Amino acid sequence: MAGARLDERSIALCAAREFQDGMLVNLGIGIPTACVTFIPPDKEVLFHSENGLVGFGQIIEDPQLADANLINAGAQPVSPKPGMVIVDHAESFAIVRGGHIDISVLGAFQVSEKGDLANNVMPGKQVGSLGGGQDLAFCAKKLIVTMTHTDKENRPKIVKQCSSRITAPECVDLIVTDIAVVEVTDRGLVLREVAPGWTAEEVQALTEPRLIVSPELKEMGLM
Amino acid sequence: MINKIVNTFDEAVSGIKEGAKLLIASFGGPAECPSYLIAALARTGIKNLTVVSNSGGWGTEFMEAIRTRMSSVLTFPPDFYDLGLLVERGQLTKGILAVPAAIGRIHTPFEKKVMNGEVELELVGQGTIAEGIRAARAGIAAFYTPTGVGTFVAEGKEVREFDGRKYLLEHAIKGDASLIRAHKADRYGNLTYRGSARTFNATMAGASTVTIAEVDEVVELGELDPEQIVTPGIYVQRVVVRPREPRPWDKPM
Repeated sequence: MAGARLDERSIALCAAREFQDGMLVNLGIGIPTACVTFIPPDKEVLFHSENGLVGFGQIIEDPQLADANLINAGAQPVSPKPGMVIVDHAESFAIVRGGHIDISVLGAFQVSEKGDLANNVMPGKQVGSLGGGQDLAFCAKKLIVTMTHTDKENRPKIVKQCSSRITAPECVDLIVTDIAVVEVTDRGLVLREVAPGWTAEEVQALTEPRLIVSPELKEMGLM
Repeated sequence: MINKIVNTFDEAVSGIKEGAKLLIASFGGPAECPSYLIAALARTGIKNLTVVSNSGGWGTEFMEAIRTRMSSVLTFPPDFYDLGLLVERGQLTKGILAVPAAIGRIHTPFEKKVMNGEVELELVGQGTIAEGIRAARAGIAAFYTPTGVGTFVAEGKEVREFDGRKYLLEHAIKGDASLIRAHKADRYGNLTYRGSARTFNATMAGASTVTIAEVDEVVELGELDPEQIVTPGIYVQRVVVRPREPRPWDKPM
C-alpha cells in the first residue's frame, strides 16, 4: 500500500529547494506560486513576474492590505520588498528571452520522457492559452515542472509522447510531483526521490516511460 | 500650444473606425485596465475590430462571479470593465491574445465565440506580443525569437539558425489605436505609472497611429520629475481623466 500523496505546498517546498542564493526565479500560476513561501532566510532569491516585477516579496493574503497596483502573474497581490524593480512588459520578456531567468517553475498537463512540455491546452478544452509560459520554457536556464503525478482518472502525466499539443520541446529539466522527483537526462528519466511511504516500483507503476532509479534514491524531505 | 487633454471618453475614442486594429492594455487585474476607454468603445458599437491584448477578458457575464471568487484576494471595483465587454457585444472579429482561455472548466465569452466560429483567435505568447509591439513602436519590421520553434506557433513562419540556435521570424504588431491606462499625465502626454500597472500600458504607448491614455490625474507641466516619466508624451496623442466616482459603462461620458 503506497503512502499518501503530498499536498501542493509540499510539492512547492521540494521545488524551492533547487533555488540557490542570488538566483532569479519565475514562478508560474498554481502550485509554483507557493514556492515563494519556502525560501530559507540565509538565501536571497529574486522573483520575476511576467507583468514586470523583479524582486517582489510575499503574497498578501488579506484583501484589505492588498494593492491592485502590485500583483503577480496570477493576479495575486504581493508585497513590495527593498531592491524591487518595476519594468514594462517588453522589458520583462527581454529578461526572459535574454536568458536572465535562472529557474522557471511551471505547471503542466503532460511531460514527455524527452522533456517536452504540454501545458497550453487544458484537457477537454478547445481553446488554449500560452501566457508567458512558452517564452519561459524556451529561454529559462533551468525548467522545473510541478504537477500531480497522474490526472483525475489516475492516468500518468509523465508520458512517452505528449498527446496534448506541446508548448516547448525538450525543455524540462526536473519534474516535482506529489509522489516523486524525476530528472530529465540524456540517458532518460532518473527517479531521484520518492514521497514518504512510496517505493520506486509504485512510482513506476504510475509513470508511462521507464524510470532509471538513481543509486542515491532518497525520500522527498518535507522539512 | 501642446495640449493632449480631451474632456470626455467618447471624444477620446472618436475616429476609431470599423475594422480597426487596436492594442488594448490590460493584464488581468483591475488597476492596469483602461476600463473607461473600453466602455466608450462599447458605446460606439463599432464592429469588426481586431484586438491585441493579453487576455480576452471576462465581460459582464462573469464579472459578478469573478468579483465574488476574487474577493478573498483582490477587490475588483464596480467600474472594472474589460475587453470581454466588446467580445460580448460582438464588436470583435479577431483576437491576437496570449491568454484567451480561462483557467478551469468555465469558458470566457471569447472562448465561446471562438468555439462557435464567430471570432478568430491568433494565439501568441506574451513575449512575442510584447516584443512585436515594442518593435512597432521602434520602427523594426520583424525580429527573430527562439520562442515557439518546433511548436504549432511556428507553422508557416521562417526559421533561421544563428550561432547554432533556431529562431522564428515574427513581425511587428502595429495598431491603429492603443488604449492604455496610466497614473499621472501632463498636457504634453508624459505619463507615469504605478507598480505592476505599468505592464502592457507602457509597452503599447507609441505602437499605434494614435495612443489614447486613461489616467487617474492630470498635473501641471513641470510637475512630473523627468527621471520618473516612463512614457514620453511624444508617444501619446490623447489623455482623458478617470471620474472620481464609478460610472456605469453604458452612460455617455
